Amino acid sequence: MMILINTLIILSIALGTFFIIVTAIGLIRFPDVYTRAHAASKSATLGVMFILIGAFIYFWAEEGVYNPRLLLGILFLFITGPVGGHLMARAAYFSGVKPWKGTVKDDLKKEYDRKKACEK
Amino acid sequence: MAIQILLNFFIALIWMFLSINFTGQGLIIGYLLGLVMLYIMRNMFTSRFYLHRLWAVIKLTCLFFKELWLANIAVVKIALATKNTMEPAFFEYPTVLEKDWEVTLLSSLITLTPGTIVVHVSDDSKLLYIHAIDIDDVDATIRSIKDSFEEAILEVSRS
Repeated sequence: MMILINTLIILSIALGTFFIIVTAIGLIRFPDVYTRAHAASKSATLGVMFILIGAFIYFWAEEGVYNPRLLLGILFLFITGPVGGHLMARAAYFSGVKPWKGTVKDDLKKEYDRKKACEK
Repeated sequence: MAIQILLNFFIALIWMFLSINFTGQGLIIGYLLGLVMLYIMRNMFTSRFYLHRLWAVIKLTCLFFKELWLANIAVVKIALATKNTMEPAFFEYPTVLEKDWEVTLLSSLITLTPGTIVVHVSDDSKLLYIHAIDIDDVDATIRSIKDSFEEAILEVSRS
C-alpha cells in the first residue's frame, strides 16, 4: 500500500514537472504570441495541478496532515488559468500585434477593423 | 434547483427533530428520506428533479478533465515535434448559448481543450472568435465543440 502511494506521488510530481518543461519549450519554440498562449494556458495549468496533487497526497499519506488549501489552489488555478490566457491574447490582438505569417485564416481581422473604425 | 435543495435540507432537519437524533447520521438518513419524498413529488416543481442537473454537472466535470488531458498531449506533440507543421488560424464560432455564465463557461472550456483559444467574444456574445493552433478542418472543430461542450452546458442549464 505504501509503495502504491509513493508511486502515485512520484508519478504525479514527475508528470507535472514534465508538463511545465514542455510549457517552457513551447514558449521558446512557438512563432508568435497566440501560439505561445496555447502552451502557457494549457500545459502550465495541468502541470501545476499535478504538482499540487502530488504535494497534497504526500502531506496526507506521509505526514497525516489533510490540507484542503491545496485543493482550493487547484480550483482557483482552473478558474484563472484560461481567463489569463484569453485576456493576454485579446489584449495583444487589439493593440495591433500581427499574427505569424503562417496563419492561414483570419476572421478576427474585420472585427478589429470595425472596432478601430468606431474609435475614430 | 436551489429551492429543492433547501427543501431537502429542511426535511432532513424535521427528521432530526422528530427522531431526537442530532448527529450526522440522523442528518444523512433524513436527507435520503427527503430525497425520496422530493422524487415522488417531482411533478409539483416547475424545474427538473435536481439530481438530474447534479448528474449533468458531474458529467461536464469528467468531460472537462478528459479534454484537458487530451489538450496537453496535443501541446506536447506540437512542442516537441522536430518539424514545424502547424497552421494557426482565427475562425468564428456561432454559439446558441444565451446567458452570460454559459458563454463564460463555454469559452473557459474551449480555452482548455485541444488546440483552441478564445481570443474575442463579440459584443452581443453570439460569436466567439477562436484561435486554433492547427487548422485541418474548421467545420470539424466547430462540430466537435458543439457536440461535446455546448450540449453538456445546455444539459446543465435546461430547467
